[in-house]
Amino acid sequence: MSGAPAVSFRAVDVVFGKRPNPALALLDQGLDRTAIQERTGHIVGVAGATLDVREGEICVLMGLSGSGKSTLLRCVNGLNSPTRGRMLVTVAGRTIDVASCDRRALNHLRTHAIAMVFQQFALLPWRTVAENVGFGLELQGVPRAQRDAVVAEKLAMVGLEAWKNAYAHELSGGMQQRVGLARAFALDAPILLMDEPFSALDPLIRCKLQDELLELQQRLRKTIIFVSHDLDEAMKLGNRIAIMDNARIVQTGTPEDIALNPVNAYVADFVAHMNPINVLRGASIMTPVDALRTLNGVVMVEAETRTAVRLDGQGGPASATMDGRDAVPIVDYRGPAQVDGLARRTVVSAPPHITMREALEIRRRTGAPIIVKADGRLIGAIGNAELYRGILGRPADRVSDDGRQDAV
Amino acid sequence: MNWLTEHKIPLGHWMRLAVDWLNEHAAFVFYAISDGLGAMIGAVTDLLLWAHPLALIGLFAALAWWLHRSWRLVALIVPALLLIVNLGYWAATMETLALVLFATAMCMAVGVPLGIAAAHRPWLYQVLRPVLDLTQTIPTFVYLIPTLILFGLGVVPGLISTVIFAVAAPVRLTHLGISSTPRPLLEAGESFGASRRQLLWKIELPHAMPAIMAGLTQCIMLSLSMVVIAALVGAGGLGKPVVRALNTVNIGMGFEAGLAIVILAIVMDRVFKQPERKR
Repeated sequence: MSGAPAVSFRAVDVVFGKRPNPALALLDQGLDRTAIQERTGHIVGVAGATLDVREGEICVLMGLSGSGKSTLLRCVNGLNSPTRGRMLVTVAGRTIDVASCDRRALNHLRTHAIAMVFQQFALLPWRTVAENVGFGLELQGVPRAQRDAVVAEKLAMVGLEAWKNAYAHELSGGMQQRVGLARAFALDAPILLMDEPFSALDPLIRCKLQDELLELQQRLRKTIIFVSHDLDEAMKLGNRIAIMDNARIVQTGTPEDIALNPVNAYVADFVAHMNPINVLRGASIMTPVDALRTLNGVVMVEAETRTAVRLDGQGGPASATMDGRDAVPIVDYRGPAQVDGLARRTVVSAPPHITMREALEIRRRTGAPIIVKADGRLIGAIGNAELYRGILGRPADRVSDDGRQDAV
Repeated sequence: MNWLTEHKIPLGHWMRLAVDWLNEHAAFVFYAISDGLGAMIGAVTDLLLWAHPLALIGLFAALAWWLHRSWRLVALIVPALLLIVNLGYWAATMETLALVLFATAMCMAVGVPLGIAAAHRPWLYQVLRPVLDLTQTIPTFVYLIPTLILFGLGVVPGLISTVIFAVAAPVRLTHLGISSTPRPLLEAGESFGASRRQLLWKIELPHAMPAIMAGLTQCIMLSLSMVVIAALVGAGGLGKPVVRALNTVNIGMGFEAGLAIVILAIVMDRVFKQPERKR
């Protein structure tokens, strides 16, 4: 992942209507979109959006319906044009302002640089699956034989080779969206716009397609801008999330940032309803080593199971005991595949980026707390109390547990 | 009240003057059109009459099979057409068929581009709509008179009247089909870099195809319904025996000729109707 922004929104305003200038003036005076609509009859789609999307990352635009996230996304390929502001797209070292470029430059971006996946799939019903996938190439005038080769390759990528001669209506929703994905991938464009692509699918298929997308992204490293109204989806897919409310971006950050530090009540409300177990990491739910009781180089890791860890000279975990006396092994965590092989009463030493889901799995197998280690040093511990707090979405709230340490 | 009737606005007079003026100064144009169209339609009729009836029936059956792959349809049209031969109306039926096919081709050639243009330009549709309403509601006899004067007796005024009467169907249905193209499909096209021409050919027209085909079948039916009226200005075909039967109060002849028209209508409708497309 290089640092250059592939897509850059610079103070983008979108106002729908014939004479947007009065509305823009009111916007500058700080009026909100309801007031502006009452006064001018113009609808503000996006106001003052500034956001950089780095090459190779998945950036999720997230918000309730009507918050302007789709409008903002559609500025990138000119389906909506910014009323004011700059909409920069950088491809192969060349930066183009979509808001002001001419038709030819825009068409070149659309055919070579930016592909799009739609919420309702938008497949052409009179075309077969293969013809749909080849649509973009056909518009570019790519010869038949070359097109067929690309189509076959992309269909194989989404696992639909057997369906190439079927029509869209013969496919399930999930399969139709796979065709939509293959159609977008067929352009080999470095930037992919996804406008709530999985929202119309049932939850199981949605989850499966999310996994497939992440897997493909591992290989393809596209710059993906993904619109979603589902925070769980945003947290799962996004390297970064931009939360929109009332036409404005209210918070931008990594999933964990947003889960831990929501800037306002709107974001906090989203966070309160999300499932934290895939989002929160060990480092944010653990009790740091400073807050644990330490006596003669022995750290009391968890009171409930009476687990203690003796530190070596460098502050790393050397040995562990449970129930105050039984020596138990310490095992370094290497990945989810290892979990089923863990014995009960084993203290697992995990890196700080371990997810809460993994921590829960480990706890379920071993019945012992998990210790968190960074650079060879013990930095914290995750026991039942930490896991419960994490599930309840209150990882920062340690006050109520103060008495626990004394109970040992 | 008297004042109102005494000062009659000479609308009819003006209309007559206009037609007279056209007839005096532009007669050569109308005669050229008349001769050209007359020759073309005559050639088609001659071709249809030159072929042996049984060969033609075989050809129609093959066409029906090729378009629809349905033995039931073939089993319907072969006996129906044989009945027309048996009744002795084959030649008249072929004349009518030529007229209908020709009129339909002209309607589609004018109507489809007009419908597309209207779908892309709302103002054009606003202008077109009252005109289309007019052509469909004015009694056909009314515009038969000026076309008769301008184009002379024969098949051409019948053809022109038929086209004016039937062209509204393809225009309206093409407009409907094109303008009902779902927004997401157009946006998908745009986002993949389609030009306006590509949007039309690769998205709008395929989407509108069922509606346009419905326009085609409607056009055929409307043209057929003009057959009798066209016969009044000397167009020949199946209308002629109907008119003659009317004048001589000949029930038998009227029934047979009418039946032949119905058979032709059913056969053409079934052959040209597009099979339902599943979505």
